[in-house]
Amino acid sequence: MAGKRLRWAAYHLLAAGGAFLMVYPVIWLFMSSFKPSELIFVTAGTLIPDPWIWDNYVTGWKGIGGLHFGIFIKNSLVLVVLATIGAVLSSALVAFGFARLKFKGNKFWFAVMMLTLMLPFEVTLVPQYILFSQLGWLNSIKPIVVPAYFGAPFFIFLMIQFIRSIPAELDEAATIDGCGKFRLFWRIIVPLIMPAMATASIFSFYWRWEDLLGPLLYLNRPSLYPVSMALKMYLDAETISNWGAMFAMSVVSLIPVLIVFFLFQRQIVEGISTTGLKG
Amino acid sequence: MHMRFAAWRAQLTGYAFISPFLLGFLIFTAFPIAASLYLSFTDYNLFSPPSWVGLEQYRTMFTGDPKFWKSLRVTFLYVFVGVPLRLSFALLVALLLNRASRAIGLYRTVYYLPSIIGGSVAVSIMWRNLYGDEGVINLALNFFGLESVRWFADPLAALWMLITLSVWQFGSSMLIFLAGLKNIPPSLYEAASVDGANPIQRFFRITMPLLTPVILFNTIMQTIAAFMTFIPAYIISKGEGGPLDGTLLYSLYLFRRAFVFYDMGYAAAMAWILLAIVAVLTALVFFTSKFWVFYETKED
Repeated sequence: MAGKRLRWAAYHLLAAGGAFLMVYPVIWLFMSSFKPSELIFVTAGTLIPDPWIWDNYVTGWKGIGGLHFGIFIKNSLVLVVLATIGAVLSSALVAFGFARLKFKGNKFWFAVMMLTLMLPFEVTLVPQYILFSQLGWLNSIKPIVVPAYFGAPFFIFLMIQFIRSIPAELDEAATIDGCGKFRLFWRIIVPLIMPAMATASIFSFYWRWEDLLGPLLYLNRPSLYPVSMALKMYLDAETISNWGAMFAMSVVSLIPVLIVFFLFQRQIVEGISTTGLKG
Repeated sequence: MHMRFAAWRAQLTGYAFISPFLLGFLIFTAFPIAASLYLSFTDYNLFSPPSWVGLEQYRTMFTGDPKFWKSLRVTFLYVFVGVPLRLSFALLVALLLNRASRAIGLYRTVYYLPSIIGGSVAVSIMWRNLYGDEGVINLALNFFGLESVRWFADPLAALWMLITLSVWQFGSSMLIFLAGLKNIPPSLYEAASVDGANPIQRFFRITMPLLTPVILFNTIMQTIAAFMTFIPAYIISKGEGGPLDGTLLYSLYLFRRAFVFYDMGYAAAMAWILLAIVAVLTALVFFTSKFWVFYETKED
């Protein structure tokens, strides 16, 4: 009995200790953002700020290059919302086609799609840039947003898995009742795959919020910068005096991600476990 | 005649539904792939038209560009040290968390958290500062009686920063391992216990063989993802890949050739070499999988 207790305690000590080590860097970042810049590294070993100050958030929010941080957040949100709507709706459409419709080449194109998941982005990087510059899309959010409207393979795969779990009799019944394929999709399938669409939206939110390469390539005007580029600007201008502000705005940039994570972690965990992909 | 019309209609409807993917694939993937192959045989700086140079870019890459080899070496170190470490941690923690306890959900969340934020600029900035001369990592080293390391002065030490950042994000692989572990029928373990197998035997005779398909899958996907790592190297080295090219991961070097030096032909050639490397590695893993991946023959 005592042995069992001891093993229980040892197990939780190990698991909780490991968990603490995992989040320690994030806690350190959070706590440091409340320390005066010049004390962050002098007191790197202690977590609790002394004195506890809010100045970093005030100066950080004032922004950089004459633009306050709210503008960058707004830019990020615009990118996230536009790209997510496009990616989720178009992916649902394509997923329905692959999962439920019989046509020649269905298997072939599905295989092609799965292959694109494994294609290194570097291969298309340069020609895509040239293409968008020919179209006159540089310095706008179009190169980042428009491709999202052509379906995202990871989301398509996720939704196909989900649609396959819906009984096919439902389709047949609707078809007998004279329901066209698009109405079948819109009225019956879409409401049923809402959970998968929610999962896709969450992942889309993460990737767009964190994306640096797209904005780095296509946006040159700071007034269009999303949060990731704003943080890069802080880093480029890094001096002892602005560490605090940079830390504070890093924390601000993580807050939406963390909120979404804690609200929707069940969907995220299921999305990864069922597709086996992180995307 | 009527049937034929209906059959045509079914074909068209199918293609109409997948048309977003088809169009996107043609415009943003297939055409760029072909274009990048063509560009890799040219000299192109975006401003004057591409001029055909044959295999010149590839020749320069292999015989006249030490930076290319340096970045390839750095990337191979990053991938072949980082991915095994990451997967080992993922498996180890998955085994630790694969039991019934109310706290598991909380642990799983915390271990997974770094994966969800790890790709962000904020975390790369955080990582840079953890490894600062007076940062937390050096304080921890001092605590254990070790000397401080100047992480930004030594190429290998700087690469180690990137590797640890990647290992820290083992959470998504861990979730996939956990799902794999849940699929192993408990009856197998019970039967083995009855036969007198100890925990170590059960692990190597049941758990590991049944997990090999998941390990194969994780290995391939994580290796490809590792070859594409960009943000951490870009942020931690402030876009330069230093010190002494120690953090010049392949994608960062390619990015610099293309968008700092406007050497589009060279960058395209680099992309094709990367594609070849990834394809060969994936084929190799698949080929050898016959010898180490265990597939169940029964059921579906």
